[in-house]
This record gives sequence, C-alpha cells and structure tokens, in this order.
Amino acid sequence: MIPELGHYALILALGLALIQAVLPLAGSYTGNRAWMHTARPLAWGQFIFSAIAFALLLLAFLTDDFSVVYVASNSNTLMPTIYKVSAVWGAHEGSLLLWAAFLAGWGAAVASLSRNLPLPIVARVLAVMGMVGIGFLLFMLLTSNPFERIFPPPLEGRDLNPLLQDPGLAIHPPLLYMGYVGFSVAFAFAIAALLGGKLDAAWARWSRPWTTTAWIFLTLGIALGSWWAYYELGWGGWWFWDPVENASLMPWLAGTALMHSLAVTEKRGAFKSWTVLLAITAFSLSLLGTFLVRSGVLTSVHAFATDPARGTFILIFLCIVIGGSLALYAWRAPAVSGGGRFELLSRESFLLANNLLLTLLTALVLLGTLAPLIYEAMAWGKISVGFPWFNTMFVAVTPFLAFLMGIGPLTRWKQDEPMRLARELRLPFIVTGAASLLTVILMPLITLDWYLVPLGIGLAVWLLTSHLQAIRERLRHKSRPGAILTDLASNGRSFYGMILAHLGVAMFVVGITLVSNYGQEKDVRMSPGGVQEVAGYRFLFHGVTTQRGPNYMAARGHFQIFDGQRPIAELWPEKRSYFASQKPMTEASIDWGLTRDLYVSLGEPLEDGDWALRLYYKPYVRWIWLGALLMALGGLLAITDRRYRLARGLGRARTGVADNAAVARS
Amino acid sequence: MKAREKRLVFVAVGIMGVGVAAWLAVGALRSNISYYFSPTQVMANEAPAQALYRLGGLVVKNSLARQPDGLTVVFDVTDNAQTVKVSYTGILPDLFGEGQGVVTKGRMGPGGVFVAEEVLAKHDESYMPPEVADSLQTAHAQGVTAMAQAAAAGADGAAPPAGPASPANPERQPTAPPATTDPTPAPAQPGPVAPGGRA
Repeated sequence: MIPELGHYALILALGLALIQAVLPLAGSYTGNRAWMHTARPLAWGQFIFSAIAFALLLLAFLTDDFSVVYVASNSNTLMPTIYKVSAVWGAHEGSLLLWAAFLAGWGAAVASLSRNLPLPIVARVLAVMGMVGIGFLLFMLLTSNPFERIFPPPLEGRDLNPLLQDPGLAIHPPLLYMGYVGFSVAFAFAIAALLGGKLDAAWARWSRPWTTTAWIFLTLGIALGSWWAYYELGWGGWWFWDPVENASLMPWLAGTALMHSLAVTEKRGAFKSWTVLLAITAFSLSLLGTFLVRSGVLTSVHAFATDPARGTFILIFLCIVIGGSLALYAWRAPAVSGGGRFELLSRESFLLANNLLLTLLTALVLLGTLAPLIYEAMAWGKISVGFPWFNTMFVAVTPFLAFLMGIGPLTRWKQDEPMRLARELRLPFIVTGAASLLTVILMPLITLDWYLVPLGIGLAVWLLTSHLQAIRERLRHKSRPGAILTDLASNGRSFYGMILAHLGVAMFVVGITLVSNYGQEKDVRMSPGGVQEVAGYRFLFHGVTTQRGPNYMAARGHFQIFDGQRPIAELWPEKRSYFASQKPMTEASIDWGLTRDLYVSLGEPLEDGDWALRLYYKPYVRWIWLGALLMALGGLLAITDRRYRLARGLGRARTGVADNAAVARS
Repeated sequence: MKAREKRLVFVAVGIMGVGVAAWLAVGALRSNISYYFSPTQVMANEAPAQALYRLGGLVVKNSLARQPDGLTVVFDVTDNAQTVKVSYTGILPDLFGEGQGVVTKGRMGPGGVFVAEEVLAKHDESYMPPEVADSLQTAHAQGVTAMAQAAAAGADGAAPPAGPASPANPERQPTAPPATTDPTPAPAQPGPVAPGGRA
C-alpha cells in the first residue's frame, strides 16, 4: 500500500507541476492576478507531494520492503541504517526522485523568499520551474518508477553497490544534485526575463544569491566526489577526467562564469544578453550531465547498467529545453541587450576575459567528453580521449585565468589608469617573482616539465599577494585597527567572499601542483615483516587478518609507518567481500596530514601470506579539497551580504524596484 | 578610436584567441585519442603495431595466471571469435573477474601479447562497456553468417546456427588510425610527473 501511495504522490506532483507551468504564465500575460497568485501554493504543493514520495521510498528502505523492485535491488537487511538511507539515492530511480524533490524544493524556496519580487516575475519564474519539473516527473513515471513492485517479493535484497556504502558517498550525490538543480533557478530567472523583455540590475540582483547558492552546492558536491574517489576507489587519484566527472565540471565552469557575469550586470548593467545565455548554458549542461550519466552512451567508471528508453527520453527533453530556450533567446535577446559602456582597461574587461577563458575551458571539456560520440557518429572509429589531453589543455589555459584573477579585483569599474594599476601591482609582482625564483632553486624538478612547479607556486603567491593588496586598498582610508571587522559587519561581505574564494583557488593550485609533481606511487609485493620505503617513509607490513563486518568479511592488513626511526602512524587497509553481492571492495587506509597523505591500499593475496599492494605518498593533496572548501565558504560569505537580504528595515525604507525586491537569501 | 571600434577590436581579438585555442585543442586531441579494437580486429592486423590503443572483450574463464613476481598477471581476452593474450603489471581493479567484460589500454608487445598499462574498472558488475557489447555482437553476427555460409555450401550435417541471429549490426569498421610517424604520446607515467590535473 505504501509504495502505491508514493506512486500516487508523484502523479499528484506531476499534476500540480502541469498547472504551475501553465496558469501563472497565462496570468502574467493577461494580467490576471488570481492566476499569478496560484504560482506559490502550486510550487509548495509540488514540493510537498514530491517530498511525500521521497519519504515513502525512504520508509520502504527502512522497513526492508523487498516487494519494491528498487529496494530489493539496492538494499539488504544486514546493511547499516545510514546506508539504507543513502541507498535511496544509490541508483537511478531513487536519484531521480531526489532530483525531482530538490527541484520542487528550490521552487518552494523561491516561492517563500520572493515576497518582494514583482508578482508577474514570480509567476513566470515558478512557471518555468514547473516546466522543468514536468520533464523530470514524467521521466520518472514513464521510464523509471521507483515504486515498481515485484511478486513474489524476494526474501533478501541484493545489497547496495559496496562502493556506495561509504559516508562520503552518502552525501556526495545530494550536494551535487542540489547544485545541478539549483541552476534551474538561475535558468528560470533568465527565461522569465526573456519572456518579460525586461532585464535590469534588479534582475541580476535577484538572480545572484540563487546562482551563488547553487554554485556552492555544486562546488562542495564535486569536491566531495573527488575526495571520495581518492580514498574509496583505491587508486589514489583525485580526478580522472571521466565523462561523469566532466559532466559535473562543465556546469561548474559555466556557473562560475555566470556568477562573474552577473556581477557586471548588477553593478554596471552590461553583459546582459551574455548573462542570460550563460544561465541557459549552465542549466543545459546540468541536464546534459544527467543524459551522459543515465544513457550509458559513454564508457565511464561511473556507468551503470542502463536502459535505452531513458537515454532517448532525456535526449528529447534536452532538445526541448536547449532548443526552446535558445529560440526564445534569439527572439527576445535584442530586446534586453545593451548597457553600460566601459574602457579597455577596466574591471569589466577583466571579467570579460574571465568569462571568455571559463567558457573556453567549458568548451574544451565538452569537446573532450563528446569526442568519442562524434567519432562514433562519423564512423571514424571508437576512441577514448586520454587524460593527458585534458591536463595539457588546462595547464595551457588556467595560468592566464589565475594571472588575470589577480589583477581584476584591483581594477576600477568603467575606466582605470594604467599607472595607478601598475603601482598597485608592483609589490605583488615582485613577491611573486621572488617566490618563483626561490622555487626553482629549492624545489628542483629534473624533468622536461621543470617549469610547472615554479609556475604553480608563483600563481598561488600572485593570487595571495594581489588579494592582500586589494584588501589593503579597500581599507586604506580606515586606519583604525579592526577596520576589517567593521567592514565585514557592514557591507563588505561580498567583497571578502570574493577574496576568500579566490584564495581558495590559490590553495587549490598549490595542492594540484605539488601532488602532481612530487607524489609517489609504488605497486609492490610484500611479505609479513617486510619493509618498503616511499618518499623517505618506511612502511612495515605486519600481515593480514580476517575480520567480520556487519554485511561483509574483510581481510585487514596492518601497517606501521616510520619516519626515520620514529613510528608515526598505523594503517589498517581492508579488502572486503560483501555477503549479498560477493563483490570485492578495497578500503584504503590513509594517514592524512596538511602537508602529506600516506596511503596504503590492498591489492590481491598471493601465496604464503604475501600481498600485492599499493603505497602512495601524496604531498599537499588535502589542499585541493580545502581550496574547494574555501571557495564554497567565500560563496557563503558573499550571499550573506546585506544587499541580498530580505528587505526588512533598511531595505524597505529605500525606494525603487531594485531595493524593494532585494530578496532571497537561502 | 571610437568606443564602438574599440569594442569591435576587443571582440575580434577574443574570437581570434578562441579560434587559435580551438585549433590547438583539436590538434592535440588527434594525438591523444586511443582507438578501440576487438580481438578479431587485432588478429586481423587492423590495429596499429606501435600505437597505444584499447582492447576489450570478455576475460576467458580460467585463463588468469600470475607471474612469479606476484604483480604481473596474464589473461586472455576474447570476443568469442578470437582471443588475445594480455599482460598487466599492477593491481587489478576490484570488479575485474574471469568471464566478465574488460577494457584494457596498452600496446602490442613481442610475441603477440598485448601489454596493458591500464585496466578499466567499473562501478557496477552488471555493466558491460558499450564497446565490448558491440564487439561481442559483431563477432556473433559474423560467426552466424559464416556458419550459415558453411551450411549453404553443402557441408552436410552442419547444424543450423544455434540461437537467434543478433540484429544485423552495421559493420562499423573503424577506419585505420592515421599511420603517423610520431608515436602517440604515452600516458603520463607514474613517477615524479604523476597523472592528475596540474594547474
């Protein structure tokens, strides 16, 4: 009975989404306020029924209801409760349900945080979100119903894929989906603006916090996925340029460009149609990501067994969304374009360069990801694009991005004096040069790529010093100590958010540079009592014992690590075999530190208690994820900026549409 | 220069930059791709002798043998028509198994043994890489055709082909990869310059 209720709730949500897509939109054109007013309750209704469906599927998992096919294939009575919860989104049907519920949730958030938006805009935004909702709900109901029953029900479930039985992966998909789906709000705002033919600074101000929020989720989701791949897959890598990873990177790059372009649109009224195009692109790339993951057209480590009907459906959906919004764009964009002028040397120019480079990176990832499909379609053979290509492309483009990123924040809007800017940049430039030179001397790399480490370190120092200079410049006229705190408390949050996020990039660059160039990896055969040395650390192997986990048996290795004579860590890597699926699963063991990780992963047992295993030394690898975390924190700080706050008090006292509608903190 | 002209120059420079970048990117792509071949194609010498490529199929049951060093394994990969021996030094992915689909990446070594540098892992054991599924189907279709021809040629007592003929798979023979003189760059070797993105 309960699964049928869930199914029914989904159908109701679809019904409400259908009305939400039509009625408020019609109202916004005919001026029928009653119709427009239905948008908010409908968005809430869609959310409530999607949430009910999700809760009922969760209940089916918690009560081990194996009469539901999805539960039977992804759960097991022995599984710990936390993984029964995360198993809800562990496979296709459930992750779609989560997706649809999040989408409706974003809709409900817009509905409740938009009290100060003009009614026609709310109506249009929510109608567009209703349309997207229809697509996903229909997809679920037609091709992937999570509540499908099986008779007779099996006595025991098939267990969740062991790779997914991990705390990191329990929260990685929800964060990622929140990000993907969050771009639907920016998309809806863009489409609403095109429909209304009005796109001004106020519009950008409404869109900004939503876009940044989605971007924060996506950043955290990608970072968590990378971290999970690092410790769970047992290869010690943190990014594989796998199609599915690329699918999450593309909306991130486009979304990053969008955030910067929105800044220009808000402050200077420029880049309007470009901003709209980016909003459409970011969301379309999110949908493309879904298509790539769910259709199985590409070989990927993430690929799951797939059903062609699903791929076809998403492809059609994708064509409607992209085709429809681009057609609308072509028709209406001339009406919304135009805006502030600026000189060649101005912050606008640097943000334009930022957008061009980020778009270029997005296009490169898209090219590399789709090249196998293009080759196959043209009958040029079946190919795969190796990660050296992606690395080469990013190493070639990102230094420019980082270099300009250091100058942009110091540049003035509209027009700047070359001499003034040069004075500002003199000190950062000198420090950067010195740091790079020092790197060449102190950290030699005897390979063809000797320039990579000085380049990476130099760029990080450049970002750090130029942003410190930007803070100094901002506080120049406030000599009191603690000026930075008063500034933070008043209206400087989006500025400091930007600084924090950019310093996150610097940290990220340091991590990538050092781990890529100084990391060490060793595949070895070890006997109990044997010692191996990696990067000056001695790994002593004590042998392997057998241990029982809740739903698996594990061979558990014991290692002691010495730095010189001093023992510094004990590691317990495991090789598990899960009862239900009989799948083997490697659990690496890591001694982590801010400056280096030591990593052991068990391979296969050989004769006489020997094991084939992998030892890694990963310097500064944590900085990669810490950098991403810093970026997300920067975004968080930026959206708490005053001007986005719900217009209470101050905001309401001022006049004008823009302030009146300063909304939406989420 | 007027503002409008300035902007035009700006846009033109931008477009040129993007154009040059695209040209370089596509050029680099051509030397960084690896083609896929089935065992049948490899045995028919359709695969390049020197370059890096991917070989996929099913791991033949009971063919997995470990070399004395404990780290090198040798196994047979088949598309049910032809079989190629593959050797790999390193740790196999968790979901590697006999009788299951696999995609390996490497070069043909001496003695007709394919030396893999990489063995692809999968998240899901019921998943079949699309290339492998395709080559199995092609090999099956060819086998059926061959048997039918043999039967038609009057080989008496030839049993009718067992199983339904798989849907005629358009013979998608990959064009021979460009026989370049410069060898395809090898994937980054483990070592000081390890794989992984660099900024």
